Amino acid sequence: MFVEVSLKLFEGMLVTCKLFALTLLFSLPLGLVICFGSMSRFNPVKWIVKIFVWIIRGTPLMLQLIVIYYGPGLIGTWASKLLTTGAAAGGFVEWLATWHVFDRFFAVMIAFVINYACYFSEIYRGGIESISRGQYEAGQVLGMTKAQIFFKVILLQVFKRIVPPMSNEIITLVKDTSLARVVMVYEIIWNAQKFVKSDGLLWPLFYTAIYYLLFCGILTLLFGYIEKKMSYFRS
Amino acid sequence: MPILEVKDLKKSFGKTEILKGISFSIEKGDVLSIIGSSGSGKTTLLRCLNFLEFAENGTIAVNDKVIYNGAEKNKMSEQHIREMRLHFGLVFQSFNLFPQYSVLKNIMLAPTLLKFDTPENIEKKARELIDKVGLSDKVDYYPCQLSGGQQQRVAIARALALNPDILCFDEPTSALDPELTGEVLKVIKQLAKNDTTMIIVTHEMNFAREVSDKIIFMDDGVVLQEGTPEEFFNNASNERVAAFLKNVSEY
Repeated sequence: MFVEVSLKLFEGMLVTCKLFALTLLFSLPLGLVICFGSMSRFNPVKWIVKIFVWIIRGTPLMLQLIVIYYGPGLIGTWASKLLTTGAAAGGFVEWLATWHVFDRFFAVMIAFVINYACYFSEIYRGGIESISRGQYEAGQVLGMTKAQIFFKVILLQVFKRIVPPMSNEIITLVKDTSLARVVMVYEIIWNAQKFVKSDGLLWPLFYTAIYYLLFCGILTLLFGYIEKKMSYFRS
Repeated sequence: MPILEVKDLKKSFGKTEILKGISFSIEKGDVLSIIGSSGSGKTTLLRCLNFLEFAENGTIAVNDKVIYNGAEKNKMSEQHIREMRLHFGLVFQSFNLFPQYSVLKNIMLAPTLLKFDTPENIEKKARELIDKVGLSDKVDYYPCQLSGGQQQRVAIARALALNPDILCFDEPTSALDPELTGEVLKVIKQLAKNDTTMIIVTHEMNFAREVSDKIIFMDDGVVLQEGTPEEFFNNASNERVAAFLKNVSEY
């Protein structure tokens, strides 16, 4: 039984890892785009981005999962009630109404990427704004271009400063992936819960903690290593 | 022929006029010191010369060629601004070294990015400059491992690596304790001896007296007095200048 549970949980863990990795892959760069948007000197862009970040950070991730997964279907259903005529429009509406059926994981990933990109963008912004004016000016008087100043002077200093808050956020992401089960993505906790339902066993649920601890332990070591690597300079 | 000629420079921040028409010139190889109380516009003047700020009025000519005209300040391209900046070097009050790079890399970074020379020559020149500021044993150190005085000497070498026509110093020793001030001033004196054209904003009166060919006293955005150190310290023609010198000497 133990081996069976271990394997089943491992299967769930793979889904968890996949969601974790894909979320990071897309939200890290998207966060930078959002960050630049919120620092834009063009006010309409700045405010639209800031309101977007406010909505995403101001509502529960679980709610966002549900909205992104069921939302298009709901709109489709309402629309099909309104639009009883028109074949082309009807086809699109039908597609919309069934959209969620084949893309659970995709919907969850979208929600995670958007949610985490917003949090990351604020960490990036804090990091970028904490670099002193003098660093930019030193680059300017040495005839460097804006891009050279950003990539060769500023970026590494920002990176060093944001490692601690980013490690916090990324470790939170590991555990947030368990929210995916609200739309039936079979991640590790879902798989454990199945044993509760089918065999009346509670311990597989507790057992999942080991997987999470191991995963977060590895990340903690990794971030510790990065921080140490960056400790050769102070800024 | 002056290497630098500044005419009628005016700069305001909002409604406050900081520079109210500054004109002066320097000959090649000369050292010009700018003194005056805080808030008189000295730093703003240096920042205008390095195009960190843009004067609304006036011209800046280097080697008889007008490179900047306040009337056209909104028409300049990024590229043009960068080219103008290369005529000048600036050493900051707070050093502003790049913390993630070693002494050698700090000096080599800009010349390398600007493809100033071959990589070998850039490194050779950087090492020579490090030698010149007396830090040959600190080539691979990071800024956080150096004292303030050493950091400022690296900053001077970094500015020199681009062969500026005129090297500017913005209160280079204000952030240093007296012991470290000496080592930085020694380097600047050495540069003066080797005919580096320099503009130095400073509160070190004795140093200004010793090193300068010309002194400018600024007050409230205008040049109140201009002259050789002798003229300046021995018979200040202006009342405000005389009062300033008296306060400084009493202190």
